[in-house]
Amino acid sequence: MTRDYPDEPADKFPGPPRTVTDREGREVELLAADASDHDGVLEMYLSFDPADRAQGIPPAREEAIEDWLDTILGEDTLNVVAVHEGSVVGHATLVPDRHGEHELAIFVLQPFQGAGIGTNLVETLLGLAQSEGLEKVWLTVERWNDPAVALYKKVGFETTEAESFEIEMSILL
Amino acid sequence: MDILLGVGGSELSYHALEETVERAQATGDELTVAIFHNEEVSADAEEIRERVETTLAETDFDATIRRLEGDSPGSELVSMAESDGFDRIVLGGGERSTLGKIQLGAIVEFVLLNSQTPVTLIR
Ligand SMILES: CC(C)(COP(=O)(O)OP(=O)(O)OC[C@H]1O[C@@H](n2cnc3c(N)ncnc32)[C@H](O)[C@@H]1OP(=O)(O)O)[C@@H](O)C(=O)NCCC(=O)NCCS
Repeated sequence: MTRDYPDEPADKFPGPPRTVTDREGREVELLAADASDHDGVLEMYLSFDPADRAQGIPPAREEAIEDWLDTILGEDTLNVVAVHEGSVVGHATLVPDRHGEHELAIFVLQPFQGAGIGTNLVETLLGLAQSEGLEKVWLTVERWNDPAVALYKKVGFETTEAESFEIEMSILL
Repeated sequence: MDILLGVGGSELSYHALEETVERAQATGDELTVAIFHNEEVSADAEEIRERVETTLAETDFDATIRRLEGDSPGSELVSMAESDGFDRIVLGGGERSTLGKIQLGAIVEFVLLNSQTPVTLIR
């Protein structure tokens, strides 16, 4: 299967670390993360609202979350967390697929949604990806997930497939 | 019950075959396996048929094998289920990407949205 990508590469994104103030006036640090940040990330997913799950992730049970974290914090992945007052409140990840391209996912804790943190997280993760030399990033998102689709479009993702329940989008870095 | 199982050659479709045979052996359901070509999978109908026959032989279970021709397997499966009075359609589906996101293929999606016959999705 070959995936389509935009013809033109995206502009340069800011990389981590960054500190931003969200629309509610909360100070949020955007930091690169890896397996050593496991505990903080786990903490966030344990308090994640099950209604906000997307396409089966994050998994519901703690053991399944642990297995999933092993994958997404594993070798050759890139991660950025949003930290407010010492707690992880958002997380975005890039995981290599079988073709050497990278799949993106992002989660922001419910009380922190809609304040611009998601946009900053994705931009910072793409900035990190650019500095690591990644070129092809893709994702799928449920058609009815308006905030996510709006965010991805705003950042520069283009829709490559819109015929099924999930929309596929991609960006060239 | 008369079960119509669609097999398009993905790993999940073979998994669904094994599960369905096991269940049918326990319940006495009649099974028809409909083989089709899934664009998202690189397996031709002959390969799939061989794999299905092997599984049936190994489990010592009798099922009817049919071949869906044409390039809209989802719609053919739905029509076959209705015209031949099947009680249930079974499909494997809901593949996970490396990252863990579940994605439904186009055939599964068509069947879920269009079937009047109850559908069971095995993953
Ligand atoms: C999708 C998600 C990551 C967005 O994070 P966020 O921090 O809320 O995003 P932002 O505040 O940066 O908003 C991004 C854009 O989404 C849109 N948006 C935000 N809330 C919205 C809502 N309730 N309805 C429709 N659009 C909305 C806006 O266009 C916004 O852009 P703007 O700030 O320039 O107006 C977050 O809602 C989330 O974690 N959802 C659950 C998990 C999920 O679905 N993840 C995506 C698939 S992996």
